[in-house]
Formats: sequence, structure tokens, C-alpha cells
Amino acid sequence: MADPAIAIVGAGPAGIRAAEALSRHGLSAILVDEAPKGGGQIYRQPPDSFQGPASSRYGFEARKASALHLTIKRLATAIDYRPSTLAWNVCDGRLDTLCAGRGESVVFDILVIATGAMDRMLPLPGWTLPGVYALGGAQIALKYQGCAIGQNTVFLGTGPLLYLVAYQYAKAGAKIEAVLDVNPAHAKRRALFALASSPRTLAKGIYYRASLGTHGIAVEEGVTPMGIAGTDEVREVHYRRGSVDKSVRCDAVGLGFGLKSETQLADLVGCRFRFDGESRQWLPERNSDGESTVSGVYLAGDGAGIGGADAAELWGERVGLSIAARCGRRHDASRIAKIDRRLARLARFRAGLERAFPLPLLGSTLPDDTILCRCESIRVGQVKDAIRAFDVVEMNRMKAISRVGMGRCQGRMCGHAAAELLAAETRQDLAAVGRLRGQPPIKPLPMPWPGTP
Amino acid sequence: MKPSPLAQHSTDEAAQPRMVRLIDAERARLTFSLDGAPATAREGDTILTAVLTARRYLAESAGGEGTRAGFCLMGACQECWVAVDGTRARACSALVTAGMSVATGGHFTVG
Amino acid sequence: MTGHAVTERLRVDVAIVGGGIAGCSAALHLRRRGLSVCLMEKGALGSQASGVNFGGVRQQGRHFAELPLARRSREVWGRLPELIGTDCEFIPSGHLKLARNEEDLAALERYAADAAEFGLELEMMGRKRVHDEHRWLGENVIGGSLAADDGHANPRLLTPAFGRAARAVGADLREFTPVVETERDGARFRVRCATGLEVSATSLVNTAGAWGGEIAAAFDEPVPIETIAPNMLVTEPLPSFITRAVGVCGGDVYLRQVARGNVVFGGGDGWADSSLERSRPSSETSARAIERALGLVPALQSALVIRSWSGIEGGMPDDIPVIGFSSTTPNLIHAFGFSGHGFQLGPVIGIIIDELVGTGASTSPLGAFDIGRFHGAADLRHVSAANPEQEGAKR
Repeated sequence: MADPAIAIVGAGPAGIRAAEALSRHGLSAILVDEAPKGGGQIYRQPPDSFQGPASSRYGFEARKASALHLTIKRLATAIDYRPSTLAWNVCDGRLDTLCAGRGESVVFDILVIATGAMDRMLPLPGWTLPGVYALGGAQIALKYQGCAIGQNTVFLGTGPLLYLVAYQYAKAGAKIEAVLDVNPAHAKRRALFALASSPRTLAKGIYYRASLGTHGIAVEEGVTPMGIAGTDEVREVHYRRGSVDKSVRCDAVGLGFGLKSETQLADLVGCRFRFDGESRQWLPERNSDGESTVSGVYLAGDGAGIGGADAAELWGERVGLSIAARCGRRHDASRIAKIDRRLARLARFRAGLERAFPLPLLGSTLPDDTILCRCESIRVGQVKDAIRAFDVVEMNRMKAISRVGMGRCQGRMCGHAAAELLAAETRQDLAAVGRLRGQPPIKPLPMPWPGTP
Repeated sequence: MKPSPLAQHSTDEAAQPRMVRLIDAERARLTFSLDGAPATAREGDTILTAVLTARRYLAESAGGEGTRAGFCLMGACQECWVAVDGTRARACSALVTAGMSVATGGHFTVG
Repeated sequence: MTGHAVTERLRVDVAIVGGGIAGCSAALHLRRRGLSVCLMEKGALGSQASGVNFGGVRQQGRHFAELPLARRSREVWGRLPELIGTDCEFIPSGHLKLARNEEDLAALERYAADAAEFGLELEMMGRKRVHDEHRWLGENVIGGSLAADDGHANPRLLTPAFGRAARAVGADLREFTPVVETERDGARFRVRCATGLEVSATSLVNTAGAWGGEIAAAFDEPVPIETIAPNMLVTEPLPSFITRAVGVCGGDVYLRQVARGNVVFGGGDGWADSSLERSRPSSETSARAIERALGLVPALQSALVIRSWSGIEGGMPDDIPVIGFSSTTPNLIHAFGFSGHGFQLGPVIGIIIDELVGTGASTSPLGAFDIGRFHGAADLRHVSAANPEQEGAKR
């Protein structure tokens, strides 16, 4: 009997390790990735003309990054690797893909969704001003293009990435005006025990933080961001620390509050989702084999819940092994057990990170004239009016009435804040307001439609 | 009457690009067309980097409250769509090439 | 017996099953008449056909039997702000039905001549005029018929707005309350819900859309209802330039530009399963709709499609709805199966249902919609032949 057709979406750490594990067992997969080169976002490879060494780009993770890049390079000759290809829909055992204006269907029996994550975003007055970038975006500017997002940058938000990106900018010679963490120091102290389950990673985090001090960069914790000011572009960040109102002049802001899984394909293929209280996000369910509630659909990496790059590599391999066993290959029980132990340890670390850098509760605290939906400049006050006018209690109805989530980003930027606003306005738990239903295409597509027979 | 956001940008700190080259800055130069005027970029620049090293904004905001300059830089926010040689592309994802014609706004014509 | 324990009992004059536009507008008018009303909707108000359709507010192209109702409904559209507090983004842009070949043009002319007898004024335009007045049209358009009084509106707003207005006057509208059983109870009706609600009513109104056939069957008058899945797409916001709601002979593509600038368009079938309550658009259908939309409006070439959707609509084999009294059971009124073109009719259907419940008759002619046409000697071909432009009835 022939092997099943296997498709993998995403060539980041998870997708690459899944493809590799499958290949080791003599199983070929079609690997579809939106980027021109493998590595995902965390280990994104710059365009060809960039010469600098891996260390300048990935710091302590340079070895891991290079290893992954080598792996995908090797795999590219052995498997059907399709870079620069967007999977924009999935249904009936088929991926709809688009590459260089040409559409193609990829039929599969087994699907691995390894679509990774994006910045978890919260709006702020003034966050649409030119000069404000997502924190991950600020890192990509440096990693992928060798650029800083501005002459004088403020990093604002929370999460381990806040300190890492600031450190990377400082090391590259960029001028940083301040690093402002909305979470207080004691949150990190309380999480130390859990964070110590990955001592090397914890040590790196402490090192990045200390480095900022060495560079003379002001780090403030437990701040309340009030807004970003400027007429036509960023000029100042206003915040409050304790009872003191403060501001810092800058021409760029890197804004981020951790990461959020990209789950649109999992939604379209019919996976059951559950509300994850820790990350306050709806995530597709998966069992210990990495299989979703849809038979034959596996989920690996940050796309199924933020775990970090190391966990993504492990999940990718784990899913590859599950699929290999499903296809009748020799079941590598000891390797699987080892992966599961490491994943459990990493999960403890991840829980520590959520405790150290919890997502601030936004609720209904934003001023009414704050833009909530960036795509169509819909303000908080307008959304509140819509909620009240139509007794809205559920996310999809809120989208229908207020238009939040109807823009080009399809709710990626505003979704979480919109849910929090709805929950606060209607005095419901966040889980009770539901989640936006996925609709194809998962990203805007230029016309004409790809793939007409 | 408040000047249009574009006018403001063209006179204000025009020499200061938004994106600041720090690493691997010395790559081969190339010229392309930005909203009908010649501009310079470097091999390996995305269209967004190319535009934001030539000026401080990408395009007028679709919502009409000023200009935007990209946001997520990873193809998630969908704020950097431009017209390239007649087709649409995300500026943060597409690389600029020599002779490329980039239009950042007003490219939609009814004809 | 359904096995659902009854936790709440209501006794009302009218029970309405189905919270689409027909049910919600009926709830409003019945309540204003002074009757007590309970409406039960299995999901959110207007979340099925009433919310997923194209949004055309159109008299042109309808089966002639529908024209008197559509004219009456158009009058209600004009006073929506008075009636329900919002215009639901109704734009009387005119509806332009296009011909892409000579046969189509001839069909439009025939329809225009016949429709005049129903008081529907249509303006024929030849190639030069249709292009002069609509510079955004593609070369394949050779003429058109303009219904200046038609237009389009936002289907996401209409039903919730009617629901809000109905609640404001005291109608009891229950969402997420699936009806599991409807039956006679002496001279009354008993409606049981999965939530434990049980409603006893003098009159029962069946506005259950694609599920209306189930209720009809429960009262021994099954009908050949089918599920229709529309296939809709929408672009990013674009500068305003498409000045009409647009359709074509044959109905294979239709488009409109909303105030915010997005162009909503569609044509062809998506996929839906009414028992699973699931639906999704079809990539193949979408590709064809795009091709046709680009043929009509070439400027859309540089636009981005940002979303597509489908939904569940109920369709009858003769493409016109079931409206009127039950053929088996007194005080049971049906209004379902609007076959993909019930949006414009929605506001008047509620008025008609109210007339039927309140006075026993409607001032609108309902003969063609009688449920009895599906039984015994009912000849569907006879009904269809009355309107040669049957395809055009779709859009």
C-alpha cells in the first residue's frame, strides 16, 4: 500500500524538523512555506546580499539557526519544498496555495500545520502613528534587513522578547531611549522557580537584562503606558510609574506583549479549539502525539500554542515520529519518550514566562478615541456604541455590527483587544465571548483568483 | 487649514530616513521608481526598507487619519500593500529590484 | 416526546420559529398589533440566509408573482429609520441588470415590457448609453436594464435591527434556543426547545428558512425544499466608483460597492449542509465569480480579496417561497424558502404575516406561494412558465 500524501505548512523550526523526521523514515512530504527561505520568523534568513555571520543575527542561538538552515537546505533536494508559497485555504483534503501569482491545489491525506506565531498586540492611544512597530517587527528589521526602526527607539510592552530585542539593538549600535515593561519586577521574581527549569535560557534572559544596564539603557518595570504622542509620527511615549507621570522622547517604538499563535488554517480545517486561560487565547486542541481533533491533521510549533523555538523543533520531530508510526514505520519509543520529557520541562518554563510577563488586562480601559481596528481606523467608542446598540454578546456578531475584524488583517491585530473589550462591556469571561470564525483566504489575495481550471 | 500629511512629511526631516542601516549597510546600490520619482535602495532591501530609507512614511492611511509606515514587518498586519509594476505586493515581504516601479497610493484607477 | 425536561413555560398568542428577517419583522408587527409574541431562533438572529446573502434590495428580475410584494416592501425600505431606527446602510443606487449578448438584451426588453404592467419602471440602455453612464463597465457588456428605485443594503444589520425593534416593543426573542418539536395541543400549538423552554401559542409562524420544511413536514405537508449555499466574496475598501448594484442575465455574478468602499460580489454555489449547520465557500466557484466580476468591472483587477463566505439558504424548486396558511392546520402560517432572494422582501413579509394572523387575509396576492402547490395536482411547470426569465429571478 502506498504511503499517504503528507503536506506541511510552515518551514520554521517545527516544519523543518517534521519534514526531517519524516524523511528519516523514508516518508516524503510537500513542504509549503510563505517565505523565500526556511527558518520561520525566529531564524529568518536574510536575502542573499547580506554577508554578516550568523552570530550577528541570531546571537546565542546562532548554532541552532545554522543547523536548521543546513537541514532545510539538505531537505530541499530530497522533498517537494515550495518556498514563497502561501497556503490560503484548506478544505476537503486539499490546500489552496498561491506562488508567484500562480495557484495550485495540494492534495493531502495527512497535514502538519506549523504556521508559527506573530506578536501579541494591544492597542494604545497613538499606536497607529508612523514609527510604531510590533516588537517582533523591530527584531525582523534588524535580523532580516540590518536596520533599526528609528534613530531613538523606545521598547514598550512585556515579555522576554522585549529585553532580547533591546539587547540586540544595543549590541548593533542603535540608540535606545528606554525599555518599558508593563510588568513589575516582583512578577519575574515570583516566576523564578519555574523559569529555573530551563537554566540556560533563564541565564540568557538575565544576561540580556544586565547588558542593557551596562549600555546605560534605562529599564523601567511596572509601568502603565498612557499613549504614544506625535502629530504626524512618533515623538514621545507617555507612561505612568507609580503615581508619577513620565514621558520619553523618541522617533520609534517597538511595541509587543509576547506572542500569539497563528491558527487560521487549523480553524478552517475544522480543528476543535479550547480557550487557554494562561495565554488568554483560543488554541486548537491536540493530543500527546500532536494530532488535532481532525484525524490526520497534526499541529506543531508555536502555531498551536506558544512554546518557543526549542519546543517548536521538538514538536516538529514529535509529530514527524507520530506520523511515521501511523504509516507503519518502526515506532521509536525511547526517542519519543525523551522528546516528551523535554517538552514537559519546556512547558514548565513557558508557564514561568506567562507568570513573569502576564498579558496586562485591558478590559475597557482604553480611551474612547483610541483606534482599535488599525485597518479601518475604528475607534473604541464606536465599538462600544455598536455593542450597546445591538446588545452584542458574541465576537462574530460584534464583527458583523462594528466591522472590527473585517479589515485586511482579518482580526490579527485587534482580535484580542476586541474580545477583551466585549467581555468587559458585557461583564462576561473572556472565553464566553467566543472567537472569530475563520474565512478564506487567510491573507488578502490579489485578483485574479489563483488556480482556476 | 492643516497641511496634508504627505506635505508635512516632505518638508519635515526629509534627510532623515526612518529605517536606520546598522548592519551590512554597504550592499550594492540600485535605483527604482517610487511614486513616479527615482529613488535609491540596496540589493536585498525589501520594498518597505527601500521606501523607508528614502522617506519617513509608506503611504496615506486607509482610514484617512495620517500616514502609515508599516507595522509588523512579517506579513501579518497587511498595512504595507503597494502596487509594483501593475500588480499588488506586500512591501515588507517583497524585495526591491532595479528598475522596479512602486506606487504606494492612488494606484487604483478606474480607467 | 423529546426527552428535554421543561424548565420554563410560556403562553403567548403567537409563537414564531426562526429569527431571520421574516421572523423578526413578523415579531415586530405582531407585537405592535398588541399580540404577545415569542420568537425562537436556534442561533443568533439573522445569522443564516438573512445575514449571508448579497444584500441586493431589488425588485427587478423577480418572478412576476413576487413583484407586488417587492413593490410593497420597497416602500418599507424607504422608511426603515422610522420603523427600526436605522437605515441599515440602504442605498437606493439603482439596480443595473446587464446583458452580455443579444439574447440577454432581448430577454431584458421582454421582462421590462411585462414588468411595466406590475408598475415596475425599468429603463433600457443600449451599449453606448450604458457605457457612457457607467464608465467602469467592461467591454463585454452590450446593454442593460436599470431599476432606478432599487439598491442595496447591509444584510448583517437588517435582522438584528428588526430584532432590537421587536424587543423594544415587548416581543420575546430567544436566541440560541433551537426548537426540537412543534405539535398541535388541542386548539393550540406546543413548541418545545432544547433549552427547556416550552411555548404554548394560539398561532404558529414558520419562518425557519432552510429548516422550514421540517416544520411543514411535522404538520403533514412536506415540501421539496433544498439547501442553497451562496458564494460571496468581498474586496478591501476601494475608492468609490461602482455607482449601481449590478447583476447580469443568468445571475452568474452580481456585485455592489458599500459606503466604506469594499466591493461585495458573488455568483454560483458554495457548500452547505443544513443538518450539520455548516457551510463554506468553494474556491472553484470563487475563481469563476472573480473572472466574471473582472469581466464586468475590469478596474477590480488591482483589488485584493480579503474574505469569502457562504451560508445556508432554503430554496424551492420553482424558485419562489412558500407563504401563506397551512393546508392542513388552522392558525399555522408559513413563510420560508426564499430561494436566495428573500432579503428585499423581508420587511414586507412581516407585515403580511401580521395581516394573516390578525385578520385572516393579506392585501398582497399570495396565491402563487401557496404551500398546496407542492401537493396533489400542483403543476410546477405551469407556475414556472408564467415567468420566462426564470434564471434572472435569482439576481
